[in-house]
Amino acid sequence: MFEKALEGNRYYWVWLAFLGALMSIAAICYVRQFNYGLGLTGMSRDVSWGLYISQFTFLVGVAAGGVMLVLPYYIHNYKVFGKITILGEFLAIAALLMCLTFIVADLGQPLRMLNVIFHAQPRSMLFYDMIVLNGYLFLNILCGWVILTAERRETHPPKWIYFFVYLSIPFAVSIHTVTAMLYCGLPGRHFWLSAIVAPRFLASAFAAGPALIVVIALILRRVANFDAGKEALNKMVTIIIYAALINVFFVGLEFFVGFYSDIPGHKHTLQYLFFGLEHHGHVYNNLVPFMWAFVVLFVIGLTLLSVPYTRNNKNDVWIGIGCASIFISFWLDKGVGFVLGGFVPTPLEEIVEYYPNVNEVFITIGIWAMGAFILTVLYKIAIKVEHEIEA
Amino acid sequence: MDKKRRDFLKIAGVSTLAGLGGTAVVDRLVSGTSPVQSRAAKEVDLGHDGGHEAVTQGHGAGEEVAKSGNRLGMIIDLRKFRENPALGDKVVEACHSTHNVPDFPDKKDVIKWTWLTEYENVFTEHSHYHKDRATLDNEVLVMCNHCDNPPCVRACPTRATFKNKDGIVAMDYHRCIGCRFCMAACPYGMRSFNWRDPRAGLDMNKINREFPTRMRGVVEKCNFCAERVGLGKQPACVEACGDSKALIFGNLNDPESEIRKVLKANYTIQRKPSLGTHPSVFYIV
Repeated sequence: MFEKALEGNRYYWVWLAFLGALMSIAAICYVRQFNYGLGLTGMSRDVSWGLYISQFTFLVGVAAGGVMLVLPYYIHNYKVFGKITILGEFLAIAALLMCLTFIVADLGQPLRMLNVIFHAQPRSMLFYDMIVLNGYLFLNILCGWVILTAERRETHPPKWIYFFVYLSIPFAVSIHTVTAMLYCGLPGRHFWLSAIVAPRFLASAFAAGPALIVVIALILRRVANFDAGKEALNKMVTIIIYAALINVFFVGLEFFVGFYSDIPGHKHTLQYLFFGLEHHGHVYNNLVPFMWAFVVLFVIGLTLLSVPYTRNNKNDVWIGIGCASIFISFWLDKGVGFVLGGFVPTPLEEIVEYYPNVNEVFITIGIWAMGAFILTVLYKIAIKVEHEIEA
Repeated sequence: MDKKRRDFLKIAGVSTLAGLGGTAVVDRLVSGTSPVQSRAAKEVDLGHDGGHEAVTQGHGAGEEVAKSGNRLGMIIDLRKFRENPALGDKVVEACHSTHNVPDFPDKKDVIKWTWLTEYENVFTEHSHYHKDRATLDNEVLVMCNHCDNPPCVRACPTRATFKNKDGIVAMDYHRCIGCRFCMAACPYGMRSFNWRDPRAGLDMNKINREFPTRMRGVVEKCNFCAERVGLGKQPACVEACGDSKALIFGNLNDPESEIRKVLKANYTIQRKPSLGTHPSVFYIV
C-alpha cells in the first residue's frame, strides 16, 4: 500500500522536502550530541530532564488521545467517526514513534538501551512504560493496517482484529497512566507527587489529541479534498471542551491543595511556574510567560469552541483556531511546565533554571518534523484509499 | 426486582468482606511503619532485649530489615567538623581524588560525590527561627545516604544501580543506559551525570589507577568506597579524618560495632526521614 505515498502534487513533495531538511539538521545535531555527550543540552545535575523528556511526556498524550475516536466508533458503534477513526490510529503511530525517538535522544548510552530488556527490573516504571508504549504502537500499526486493507478491498475487516481493537483501548489509557507514574511515584518531588497526575494527564491528552486531529482534518479538507463531516467535527469539539475543562479543573485543584494547606513544598513549584519564586533575593521566573500563555490560550480556545457564533461559523476557521489554541496551550502545560517545573526547587532547595541549548532545540524540532513526515505519509495512504473507494 | 435485590446483597456482602480485608492490610502497614521514627532507631531500641525477633514480628512489619544481613552506615559528627573547619574540604578532596571525580568549572557539567553545603539545604524539614551562630557559620557534609529503602534502585530500569548485601547502594557503570530516572528519584540530590567525557576534567597524570574513570553518559555517586571496604580498608573520607572521629563508618546491624555504640550514646538525625527511605547516614548536630 506504500506506493500510494509516492504520488502527490508539488505541495506534497515540497512539504516532505521541508520536513526532510529539518530532520537532516537534527540528524547532524544528534551526531554532535552523540560524540560529545548530553553536555550539548541545557540539562545539569539539578535539572536532569529537559526538552526531550517533556516532549515525550506530551506526545504520549497525543498518542493516547486517538482513543477518543476509537472508543465511540468501536464500542458505541458511533458511525459518524467511521471516516476519521483511522486518523486517530495513524496519529497514535506517528506520536509513539516520536516518543520513542525522544527517549533514545535523551539516553546517555543509547547503544545500551536493550539493557532494559536484558536486565529488566520489574520494579521500575520505565520497564512498564517500555511495554505499554511498544504494545500500543504495535496494536495501532496492526489495527490501522488491517482495517485499511479491508476497506481498500471493500470487504469487512476480519473478526479477529476486533480483539486487538478493543485491547488498544485500555492500552491507550495505560500508556499515559504509566507515563504519569514515572513522575508521581518519586519521593521528595512534591509537585509530581500527586495522585491526580495520571487523571490530569489523561484529561489533557483527551483534549490535545482530538484537537490536533480536528486541525489536521480541517487542513486535509482544503489540501486533500478529505471531508471528515460536520457532525464528526462537532462531536469532537464537544469532547475537547469537556476534556479541556477537566484538565484545567485538575490544575486548579493542585493550586487549592498547595495554597490552602500552605505547605511550602506543595506551593514552591506552582509559585515558580506561575509567579516566579524568590530565593536569596533573586526571583526565578523563566517559565512564567509560558504558563500564562497556557492560561490565555486555554481561555481563547475554550471561548472559540463554546460560543455559538464562532463554533457554528460556516467555514470552520474559528474551530480550527480554537483547537490549535487548546493544543498549544496544553503543550505549554505538559510539554514545558510540568516536567521542567518539577525540578524546581532541587532536593537541596536550591533553584537552578533550565535553558535549552541550540543543538538540543534543533534535535527536538527535527523529531517533531519526523513525526509530521510519518503522519503525512500515513494520511496520504489512508486518504488515497478513501478516494479510491469513493471513485 | 427480587433478583436485583439478591444481586445487590451479594455484591454488598462481597465488598464488605473485601473492605474488612482491606482495612486489615492497611492496619498492618500502618503499625509496621511509624512515620517519623526511623527504622534504624527502632533497631537500637530492640537491641536492648534479646528477643527482638519476636518483638519485630509482633509489629507485623514484614519489611523490617533482615537482622542477619550487614548494613553499612556512617555517622557524620558535625561537632568535630566545627572544631576543625579545614576538615570538610579535606574529606571532599580525599573522596574526589580517590574516585577520579572530574572537576568542571561550568556548573552545568558538575559532578560531585560529597560536598559541603548550608545546614538549611541539607535538613530542609527542620525549621529554625534566628539560627545559632554555629549552624549559620558551618557547612554540612553531604553524601549518598545509602538508603535501606532506596528509591533510585526502584527507579532504575536496568538494575545498574542496586543495593549490595552489605547495604551499599552501588552503580554498575557498564550497565547504566543514562536515562537519569535515578536522579529524578533521589530525594537528596546526591547523583551526578557524566554530561561529557569525564577525562576532560581530570589530570590524567594524577589519577588514581586503582579506581576506574567513567565514560560519558552514565550516572555516578558516592559508593561508600565499596572497593576499599572490600579490601578491609575504611572509606577514603573516614581515613582523611584521621583520629578525629568526625566520621564513623561501620555495620549498623552489628551490636558490637563502634557505630552502634555512638548511635546509642548520641542523639542523631537523618535527612528527610518522613520519606521512608531509611538513610544509613546519621548526623550528630
